[in-house]
Amino acid sequence: MSNTAVADAAAPSTAANPFLTRLGAGFVSRLVIIVPYLWLLFFFLVPFVIVFKISLSQTAIAMPPYTPVLDFRDGVSGFFAGFRDLNFDNYVWLTQDALYFKAYLTSVVIAAISTGLTLLVGYPIAYGMARAPATIRPTLLMLVILPFWTSFLIRVYAWIGILKPEGLLNQLLLSLHIINQPLVILNTYTAIFIGIVYSYLPFMVLPLYSSLEKMDYSLIEAAKDLGCPPTAAFWKITFPLSLPGVIAGCLLVFIPAVGEFVIPDLLGGSQTLMIGKTLWNEFFANRDWPVSSAVAVILLLLLIVPIVLFQHAQARAQEQDK
Amino acid sequence: MNATWSRFNITSITLGFAFLYLPIVLLVVFSFNESKLVTVWGGFSTKWYVSLFHNQGLMDAAWVTIRVGLISATVATVLGTMGALALTRYTRFRGRVLFSGMIFAPLVMPDVITGLSLLLLFVAIGMDRGMTTVILAHITFTMCFVAVVVQSRLVSFDRSLEEAAMDLGAPPVKTFFQITLPVILPAIVSGWMLAFTLSLDDLVIASFASGPGATTLPMKIYSQVRLGVTPEINAACTLLIAIVTVGVIIASVANKRREVQRQLDERAAQRG
Repeated sequence: MSNTAVADAAAPSTAANPFLTRLGAGFVSRLVIIVPYLWLLFFFLVPFVIVFKISLSQTAIAMPPYTPVLDFRDGVSGFFAGFRDLNFDNYVWLTQDALYFKAYLTSVVIAAISTGLTLLVGYPIAYGMARAPATIRPTLLMLVILPFWTSFLIRVYAWIGILKPEGLLNQLLLSLHIINQPLVILNTYTAIFIGIVYSYLPFMVLPLYSSLEKMDYSLIEAAKDLGCPPTAAFWKITFPLSLPGVIAGCLLVFIPAVGEFVIPDLLGGSQTLMIGKTLWNEFFANRDWPVSSAVAVILLLLLIVPIVLFQHAQARAQEQDK
Repeated sequence: MNATWSRFNITSITLGFAFLYLPIVLLVVFSFNESKLVTVWGGFSTKWYVSLFHNQGLMDAAWVTIRVGLISATVATVLGTMGALALTRYTRFRGRVLFSGMIFAPLVMPDVITGLSLLLLFVAIGMDRGMTTVILAHITFTMCFVAVVVQSRLVSFDRSLEEAAMDLGAPPVKTFFQITLPVILPAIVSGWMLAFTLSLDDLVIASFASGPGATTLPMKIYSQVRLGVTPEINAACTLLIAIVTVGVIIASVANKRREVQRQLDERAAQRG
């Protein structure tokens, strides 16, 4: 390869490469973008359009159990004619039955409370890790990540044995004579809180840790030298500086927790109401695809603001890393 | 440094790790329980592991899960790495905002939504549900995790290495395979492992995407847990935990060794 080609490859925008090299590089770079792009368009974005479409169709006893709407089978004119058949019954249905509204509200409230609890539990852990001697920090970090690699289902399942009326926690408390009667925790909202805090803790600790670790601790010492009490120093310096981590962690916990299915189903019992469980039941038990699609569309609308916030936080973090 | 690591910090870390690990430890301990009751200790026994291996349904499900995990993690790693390259190397292309949105959104998207939407897609295009659809679904949501892991490595990558290679006459594709790939390989490997464990772990998306004949292990475990907690499940879970733990430890040791080697090489290069 000639010297000019080499120089140009390093600075591709300035001058003309030999044709083949440029074609090769351009083709490869385009492929790197196009292949994952098309994959995500087809398997991530198109499915949402279909969910939206089916949420506007009617339930039918058939396979698939809904009447087709907005089909291209009759050509473009058929597609536009299809707008007449659109029906918002499923959405009307969702507003009429108080059950759905309650399920959405409970899910958001439960997710918010558990996010707060996870922050309370996770912050001291992340802080302790960030202040640990640098030599043991990688080990601590791995210890936080390790449970994340073990199955979510298993970790939730493990809590059933602990929280049952005749479970390990009650056995322990009874034998220590702290309580006289077994506590009822399993199949209550308390069990759901415990399950969410436990399962999502690493998602909270990791972003908190990465922002606390970057912090310059001489700031705290300076505050101390100037007579600032430790608590005030925490609220005035440490906490504001860790805010990006707090926001990222809270969003990473809150968004999936709203739609959580496994935890309310296994730990919450049949009495508790959460939207992920409602959607699952509409789909698998009632086989009502249009209504479950409508439930999903509204859940998505609910989560769109936190998801956009999350993306902004990610993009900003990436810019800072550069 | 040690002076600032106060008693408060040590306590919070200890309590935190106890909270994280105690349930898992208890689960493992009670898989060796003689008694059929999961929470009452009746002596040491490995009989649940024996009965586990004679449970044909569970074994079939495990085999399906492993195949799904291997295939989907491998494809997801290729696609995710491409996605990470696209995001970090090409700051300007049409639809980049949408693209990064589609990479980040699946990370937090509730499983029920992803699962339902993929199922409806498969039905709409008339695809029979089974192992293939589970694999396609798993590739889709795990590739985004791979992309994020690889991207975080690419961001801190020293691009002057690539420029040097190209200055010395290496074409871009060769530069990628000889310079870039070895440097980001640890991230790619951990991306693959993350994708594999996420696939191994997934209940909700697999339940939607799967059809008759393709029951994965989490689906099997879930249906048995609903019927009641048995030590056999504890044994199955313990085996899964053991496999994942060994995998993670091997990977981190290999990573550490490579890191040490790299530092030695650098020092040698500086001296030479």
